Amino acid sequence: MNSDLIVTLIKYAVMFAVFINVAPIMVWVERRGAGLIQDRPGPNRVGPIGLFQPLADALKFMFKEDVTPALVDKPLYLIAPVLALMPAFTTLVLIPFGPTITVGGRTTPLVVTNADTGVLLFLAISSLGVYSLVMAGYASNNKFSLIGSIRASAQLISYELALTVSVLAVLIPVNSFRLTDVVAYQQRYGWNCLPQILGCLVFLIAAFAETNRLPFDLPEAESELIAGFHTEYGAMRFALFFQGEYSNMAALSALGATLFFGGWSLPFIHYPHNLLGAVLGLLTLVAKIAIAMAVFVWVRWTFPRFRYDQLMRLGWKFLLPLAIVNLILVAALTVAGVLKPLNP
Amino acid sequence: METLIFVIFAALAVGSGVVVVVHRSPIYATLSLVLTLFSMAVLFVLLGAPFVGAVQILVYAGAIVVLFLFVIMLLNVQQEEGAHARRSAQLVAAILGAIVFLGMFWLAFRQTTLRAPGPLTEELVSLKGLASALFTDYLLPFEIVGLLLLVAVIGATVAARRPGAETNAPQDDYVAEDPSSGPVLPREVRS
Repeated sequence: MNSDLIVTLIKYAVMFAVFINVAPIMVWVERRGAGLIQDRPGPNRVGPIGLFQPLADALKFMFKEDVTPALVDKPLYLIAPVLALMPAFTTLVLIPFGPTITVGGRTTPLVVTNADTGVLLFLAISSLGVYSLVMAGYASNNKFSLIGSIRASAQLISYELALTVSVLAVLIPVNSFRLTDVVAYQQRYGWNCLPQILGCLVFLIAAFAETNRLPFDLPEAESELIAGFHTEYGAMRFALFFQGEYSNMAALSALGATLFFGGWSLPFIHYPHNLLGAVLGLLTLVAKIAIAMAVFVWVRWTFPRFRYDQLMRLGWKFLLPLAIVNLILVAALTVAGVLKPLNP
Repeated sequence: METLIFVIFAALAVGSGVVVVVHRSPIYATLSLVLTLFSMAVLFVLLGAPFVGAVQILVYAGAIVVLFLFVIMLLNVQQEEGAHARRSAQLVAAILGAIVFLGMFWLAFRQTTLRAPGPLTEELVSLKGLASALFTDYLLPFEIVGLLLLVAVIGATVAARRPGAETNAPQDDYVAEDPSSGPVLPREVRS
């Protein structure tokens, strides 16, 4: 087998291992976090401080009866949960997780695919995630599911605009679409979250809407839609949606960390270009993803849900104009020479 | 390897394109359209135009077709509706369409000489080359396309606005038609 292919597969395996473990860990963090915020213990029966709860949950999902309702649209019903996982596990190839390292005479950048269109490809693939929700809602033949997926499609499109514009602003001074260049830029000039605080804020809010998390979880909205688009799903199929939601959160967290918070790098510290540097870079990135996920949990149990018209108004009349102002501001600052380009 | 990927995705593009036209369920037709667009994007990448491929997915598959689906689900179109045109009318339309298509095909082939494609220069493929071409040599067409899209958006807004619906009353989710007739019920949502 081609040795380049093996290196690529190893790099993918590393990122895959990180992303596949997000959901089980987050099950525990989410429920303990909820307990902490609501002043109750949270899960504490399985293992010390409930640490084995995800294991118990996984077993439960596997051994539950897999019910397919009678009047569903069978093909779409079966494909939808699988598609839920697709965006996160595809986009992770674009996230750099360490410096360029030299191991055994072979030099390789620590990113699975250093594509020229980097960020654009990330946004393109993650924009396909909405089809999973739409298919699930339509195929379930249930009015709650349908309303959930109609909401999802409108919400995701609305917030994608603000998200994309805020990402675009980051790329102006960097002068490249590659995420490795974005990290290199921040290593030289400091984290983007300081000069682009507006864009960072827009990205953060839009990320909550893109991943259907509270306060924007209207496609699920359990108090009005039962469980929204996945009302008719149970057992392992539901678990796939669950895993998909957390993986998408992790993917957007990784993108946000890379764009605004230095990615795998830390300020003033230069990792060595060998295996140690790779491990340190990966740990830094994982730590940043973990902090972002903790913020997701913190916000979820702190804020009430938005009403649908409020959601749309926030997206179109507040976030999008703010993102455009940020774009113009960054462009002006770059032209004026305040923000220095990476390769002048 | 590349040939294999090309064959798979070319077949997928054509196959799902046929499904778009033939399938009676609008949802399936629209989802096939997504598959067609995605396969086209892969073909663009194989041709050495990753930017066009990414934009194809981002704009068409990721946004425009989602709106198609949104409208189809909102109106709850189950089967092909409005396809009750007479057989003869369909036949005439098909023949006219075929004539136009063949004519364009003929024109295209008469004016270009078929030759093996030369290697793509870096200037054509890279984002920088594409951007500088768009914003220097082709600036006027680029701006005009932008203006055209703006006109289309304004036109759609004007067309969608009913005359007399000037007041921007806040849209409430709950409507009480007659308060005396019982509890306030949510406006019926089509199942």
